[in-house]
Amino acid sequence: MARYFARKLLVYALTFVVAVTVNWMIPRFMPGDPVSAMISRARVSQPEAVDAMRAYYNNLFGFDQPVWQQYLHFWSSLVHGDFGLSIWVFPKPVSEVILDALPYTLALMIPAILLSWFAGNWLGALAARRKILDNTVLPAGYVLTAMPYMWIAVILAWLLSAKAGWFPVSGGYSLDIQPGMNADFLLDALHHWVLPFLSLFLVALGGWAIGMRNMIIYELESDYSTYLAALGAPHRLIRRYAFRNAVLPQITGLALQLGVLVAGALVTEIVFNYPGLGNLILAAIQNRDFFLLQGTFLFIVIGVLIANFLIDLVYVVVDPRTRTGMAGGQS
Amino acid sequence: MSTPPQPSGTPTPDTPDKTVGPSEAAAPALTPGRESLHYAVRNPKLLIGLAIVLILLGTGVLGPLFLDSSDPNAYVGPQAAAPDGTYWLGTTTFGQDIYAQFVYGLRSTFLVGVIGGGIAAIVAMLVGFLAGYRGGIVDEILTMLTNIVLVIPSLAVLLIANAYLGVRSVGVQGLFIGLTSWPWAARAIRAQTFSLRSREFVDLARLSGSRTWRIIFREIAPNMSSYLFMTFILLFGGSILIASSLDFIGLGPTEGVSLGLMLQSAQQWSALQLGMWWWFVPPGIGITAVVGALYVANVGLDEVFNPKLRES
Repeated sequence: MARYFARKLLVYALTFVVAVTVNWMIPRFMPGDPVSAMISRARVSQPEAVDAMRAYYNNLFGFDQPVWQQYLHFWSSLVHGDFGLSIWVFPKPVSEVILDALPYTLALMIPAILLSWFAGNWLGALAARRKILDNTVLPAGYVLTAMPYMWIAVILAWLLSAKAGWFPVSGGYSLDIQPGMNADFLLDALHHWVLPFLSLFLVALGGWAIGMRNMIIYELESDYSTYLAALGAPHRLIRRYAFRNAVLPQITGLALQLGVLVAGALVTEIVFNYPGLGNLILAAIQNRDFFLLQGTFLFIVIGVLIANFLIDLVYVVVDPRTRTGMAGGQS
Repeated sequence: MSTPPQPSGTPTPDTPDKTVGPSEAAAPALTPGRESLHYAVRNPKLLIGLAIVLILLGTGVLGPLFLDSSDPNAYVGPQAAAPDGTYWLGTTTFGQDIYAQFVYGLRSTFLVGVIGGGIAAIVAMLVGFLAGYRGGIVDEILTMLTNIVLVIPSLAVLLIANAYLGVRSVGVQGLFIGLTSWPWAARAIRAQTFSLRSREFVDLARLSGSRTWRIIFREIAPNMSSYLFMTFILLFGGSILIASSLDFIGLGPTEGVSLGLMLQSAQQWSALQLGMWWWFVPPGIGITAVVGALYVANVGLDEVFNPKLRES
């Protein structure tokens, strides 16, 4: 088990280093000079002002230092939680902008990931044993997984918001309400939360249901199931074993799916104009706000790594083989 | 579990570790090809999925030939007209023909699927075969690389690369998608290779002095060709979904049209609030139909190649 965790932690640590390095490299080694881009955005005409701005930005980015020093400096400011200043909302630090948006994204992602996983596995397991359910769940599941995230969001907004008028179509809360920890705001935020949540939930649900159904069918066809059946074991017992074995790959799948769902949350947030990280990324791209883009990217990577680590912990509890260290080779 | 993506936009194909075992994939009958064909033409899922994909592909390839204008973004008709006889899918707020945009959009959808899925499949095969066949330190390094790329959310990387590089064409988009969406497939191929490499015929080839890549492509790959083909189909579908997300965020190709770009402009010009459903419904149906039909065909293929799943 120690070996299992050592491997996992090594991968996570390396992933983090790679992500930070990529993040650092992009504005420095890519064609196109971010400093010039920012200066041209500011529409300064006098050459003296341009020179002053160039010097200021070069100093701010640290472009006037040797490359290795810039790299080390990037790390040290990261460790101190310093992501630089946002250009889009100028004097505000990037970390502050991100922390404002983070609660919305988390409130959207965590319930969507967990609920769709539970509901999808349950539906899939049911579908594997009832023909009628199988014939409805399976096609519906394929349609749902094949839908682009933003399209199901658009359709939901059209049906439940523009047509039925049940939910607000955009924003994280009504504009006449001040965000804060009170019942009015929370209810209003919940009202705005339903549609984005539903769109993420539905797309993920289909995938889990199909995966679980297929897994259970494989397990029920396997040798141990046939053997148990030949011994005269009750069907319920066989199904319980099949379920326990089928759920393990689904847990691995949950870890794999996290990075993808982060992406789904981004586009869904953009459709609903939901004030989370996704919208922040869009704003950062549109306003050429490099610091903000770097900051959000790092936050997403950190989030995915933490979630993956938690899933690894769960895996140890559920799969006895990881505890005895037999699964070291297959990670 | 794809990427995209998975996700890629990402669909959840069945678990890589458990799908067709290579032994089944090899179809150990006397004439495997014939037998597969026998079951293939009797598999409704495969036939329906394939038919939908082919119809849409035909629409994308041939459709533009029958249009008067070669520019799908031309302002040709009345503004914001609902579907009727002349404009089959209606027009946009600016009087662009939505049917024209749709058929051209299908083209770029298939193109990005082929490029992205193809590149991802090639990288996944190289990494997966080498890691699975060589084992040892090569495997350790490649597996670690795979895991690192797997954990980094590919859409975030694509966003950044796109935003900085500013290269906007279907080809470049496909290239980027291919380079980020291979990890799960590499993992699955590695696992399959692992179980094949200790078979007698591989040992025989090794004893007769064949080199690594020769053994991989002459002995191992043909024995899991059906599995590789199914992996490619899933990568193909995943690439289409990821591309549509990128287009929607405004990082799509700057020239021409794609289904994702259509959705983006519908959103941008508030087709939703104006009730112009014919603007945002067709492109979504197009993407869903292509990807969904691919997935269903994939299940059909699985049943064809894997005797255990047949019967029903």
